[in-house]
Amino acid sequence: MTASLLVPALVNGLTTGAIYALVALGLTLIYGVLHIINFAHGSLLMVALYGVYFLNTGLGIDPYLALPIAVPAFFILGYFLQRGVIEHTAHGRDQNILLVTLGLSIILDNLALYFWRSDTRTIDVPYGFDVIDIGVALIPVPRAVAFGAALGIAALLWFLIGRTDLGRAIRAVARERQGARLMGIDVEHIYGLCFGIGTATLAAAACLLLPSFYVTPQVGHAFVLVAFTTVVLGGMGSFTGALVGGLILGLVESAGGLILGESLGQIGIFIIFILVLLFRPTGLFGGKPA
Amino acid sequence: MNPDRIKLIAVPVVLAALAAAPLALGTGYWLGLATTTLMFACLAQAWNLLGGYGGQFSYGHALFFGTGAYVTAVLQVRLGLDPWTGLIAGTIAGGAIGAFCGALSFRYGLKGSYFALVTLAFAEVFRILATSVPFTGGGAGILIPLKVSPANFQFADKAGFYYAMLILFAVSLIVTLAVERSRFGAYLVAVRENEAAAAALGIDIFRVKLGAITLSGALAALSGVFYAQFFLYLDPHIAYGSGVSVEALLAPIIGGIGTLFGPLIGAIVMRALGEVANVWTDGAPGLNLALFGLLLIIVLRFLPDGIVGLIGRLGRRHA
Amino acid sequence: MNKRINRRQALQMAGVGAAMAAIGAPAVLRAQAGTIKVGVLHPVTGPLAYSGTQARAGALLAVEHINATGGIKALGGAKIEPVLADAQSKPEVGAAEIDKLNEAGVSLVLGPFASGIALATTQAAARYDLPHVVDVGVVDQIVSRGLTNTFRFGPGFGKITSTALENLVKINDAAGKPAKTVLIVHEDSAFGAGMAKLLNTELPARGFEVVDTISHATPTRDFTNIALKIKSANPDLVIPSNYLNEFILMARTLQQQRVRPKGIYAILGGAASNIKFANEHNEAAQYIMDCNHWYDPRKPVAQAFAKACAAKKIDLTYEAMLNYACMQVIGDALEHAASRDRKKVTEALAASKFDGHIMPYGPTLFVNGQNEGAQPVNTQILGKNIEVIFPDTFASAKAVYPIPRA
Repeated sequence: MTASLLVPALVNGLTTGAIYALVALGLTLIYGVLHIINFAHGSLLMVALYGVYFLNTGLGIDPYLALPIAVPAFFILGYFLQRGVIEHTAHGRDQNILLVTLGLSIILDNLALYFWRSDTRTIDVPYGFDVIDIGVALIPVPRAVAFGAALGIAALLWFLIGRTDLGRAIRAVARERQGARLMGIDVEHIYGLCFGIGTATLAAAACLLLPSFYVTPQVGHAFVLVAFTTVVLGGMGSFTGALVGGLILGLVESAGGLILGESLGQIGIFIIFILVLLFRPTGLFGGKPA
Repeated sequence: MNPDRIKLIAVPVVLAALAAAPLALGTGYWLGLATTTLMFACLAQAWNLLGGYGGQFSYGHALFFGTGAYVTAVLQVRLGLDPWTGLIAGTIAGGAIGAFCGALSFRYGLKGSYFALVTLAFAEVFRILATSVPFTGGGAGILIPLKVSPANFQFADKAGFYYAMLILFAVSLIVTLAVERSRFGAYLVAVRENEAAAAALGIDIFRVKLGAITLSGALAALSGVFYAQFFLYLDPHIAYGSGVSVEALLAPIIGGIGTLFGPLIGAIVMRALGEVANVWTDGAPGLNLALFGLLLIIVLRFLPDGIVGLIGRLGRRHA
Repeated sequence: MNKRINRRQALQMAGVGAAMAAIGAPAVLRAQAGTIKVGVLHPVTGPLAYSGTQARAGALLAVEHINATGGIKALGGAKIEPVLADAQSKPEVGAAEIDKLNEAGVSLVLGPFASGIALATTQAAARYDLPHVVDVGVVDQIVSRGLTNTFRFGPGFGKITSTALENLVKINDAAGKPAKTVLIVHEDSAFGAGMAKLLNTELPARGFEVVDTISHATPTRDFTNIALKIKSANPDLVIPSNYLNEFILMARTLQQQRVRPKGIYAILGGAASNIKFANEHNEAAQYIMDCNHWYDPRKPVAQAFAKACAAKKIDLTYEAMLNYACMQVIGDALEHAASRDRKKVTEALAASKFDGHIMPYGPTLFVNGQNEGAQPVNTQILGKNIEVIFPDTFASAKAVYPIPRA
């Protein structure tokens, strides 16, 4: 175990962590405001990845240029999932919301399997194998782009929630639903918007992920647990938390893999998860709600 | 008649009906399906004790299921013990893991989704450990030798397995009934309804929750032990995978959480929905499971309190 | 109205069994004269869906061919009627599907691709004395449990590993022994972990030094660390044993991180025998060798099979090949049994000496349920093609090893 191995591994951990953060940003918003654990998150990511894939293979649109198409489309999809499906079936009960999102994820995964078959699909972009040589490590270009974008998207969400009128309304609903309703805020609409923004973030994640990854109907499962962990670690509802949490998890996974082996190294993520839950359940940046 | 009396009569009636079911089910597919349904009903019953009566939702009941399964398998394969010892050891281990996990999480006051997520994480930790330590057979899994004999908890015909599982399920049902009627059960419900009020009444919340998760862990382990004996093969994903945890919580929520028969009814309805979906789609890969998911959502849309809730509502209307 | 139906349905479903039987029974009682029912059981949903779908496609292609060329002549030209079943990538579902197939009146079952599922399905089929041809399932316990209904057509772990090692030694010797150090990368479930264990004892005995063994989960999201470890250990040869998705990520990451061993020699590597991988990641895939199930490209039946796959847009993969061949074996066994009776079919399989299949095995010979002639071959991705490079008798190209460096 030498420094020549440790440094690039940690650099890699950071870039992997940025992807975890990207996937977790939407989840933390949905959790922070709607207080629901969205089991369909991974499946929505999968659908987004297919969307980006077909835009690329069908219309020749570069995944990064697909951002302005995928993000609004998924915002609308998310909004209507919340307003049209979840709101009506859950009857406001937590356990029912859980099951509805679970049911949605079963439907999405299997419809994907039915329509798009189980083939592993990848896209070929000209910069797919380009690397940036920073001396101590080689960073693949798609990873570097994703890293930068994660920072940018977190900042954008932070601005949206923290500095705009819409953000103030969202924060009001998150903190005190009944009070917000009395103030004349359309709570259901805000819920829809949050679910929409959360889903739109996934579309962005998909655009940034696909150049260095693959898509199958099962692909969401690879990210669901780690996204939950990121959200808990960072503090549910906190964007800064999701970003820092994702980066920390990336580092832990990388270091854990190096020390304990890739298989057992995964355990580090969950140990951290348990420890944070036990000793600091509000997460690193929790405490104050989003 | 008061509801308590009805339940005292209903339990033996339901168990007798289940005991007679093989007459109608034959010896093939439907009996096999009924056996796995009971296995998942037992797991769901365990979940319901903690989640339904105690209000502590677990997303990680695979932890107990897997522990029961692995303990019996490892004892047989590595130490040459018989599976009946495995059944007892597995159940104790499930309870012990439940106590351990509960002591940690409840001591630190984890509630709601925080508790749910910590159970999920515990199950994942065990999955990874089962993959990495040598005595479980690691990722390659562990295979219990095929030696058909009732002394060996392996039956030549399906009915043997069915009745074995029925006995295990009856244990879980009767334990739940006993809890429901006990002071402990009343405390448990009080904790679910209002923790602060329960504490004010002098109930030791920590001990009540710890008792519930220990019992729940032990009962869930029963179904795990049965799985190991029925299929004779385990790997970390089968035992500790999140699919098992989802099975554990789906059935009680569909059936009616915090009710005696909710888990059984939920487990039966889920299998039935699966069958209906299969027949309607003619088994088209993916489409059948997608339809199952859709039916699940429709059930929730119209039955927010589960099926037992619907029956209760109808009962009140007719009364 | 709506509510009424719901209530009635709900109550019906709660009523044990009877309602379920009423819903399901018609599907089971679909008898047809003049056909022989064969269960085709694979995991076509869930994580194993790709392999399961490929396997099913291969089996159905063979059924089509047998039926188009006159069916089972010994039974008056009776057609094979495939009864499809889905194990959903779960052993318990696989076992339940066996019950269903039994009730559908199948004469035998082909499947179920994965070892974990195969252990459950062979056992369940044994209860009905239902013959079960296992297509892939490499875990050797499948055939070592004394189940007389179980016939595995493909080779098991032991055979694959020993063949892979023998061939490796020969390829390495022929090239002047460029490889002395080896690094193993494997996925951590039944097949990868079992493989790594065997390799770790066998490789040193054949003069190779194992510098590291890296296990990883399925799915693994990122291979950069593994690539870095390989780079730092700098082995002459990398032996990966993992599934398609992980293999693709790994091959791409090795290229990104500029890791260039003298050879990549996969054993049951998911991707190195996958034509789509060869096409879509041509650069990353070049010169990767694999020891895997593969057909004999020189046989005319095999060429016809490849053509049929191309016409139907079925990927040319080992799952499709093995299942095509298994169904050919089943067709032959039915000819010899001249009966739909399970016992007769079992006897016919046990006595099978069929050499008309597409695999490079020679005539079938089941000893304790294992087809003794079964063996893997070595393939290499060269240009846009997957070529058989070893053994020489089947080879369609010469091995390019060590990897040439521009």
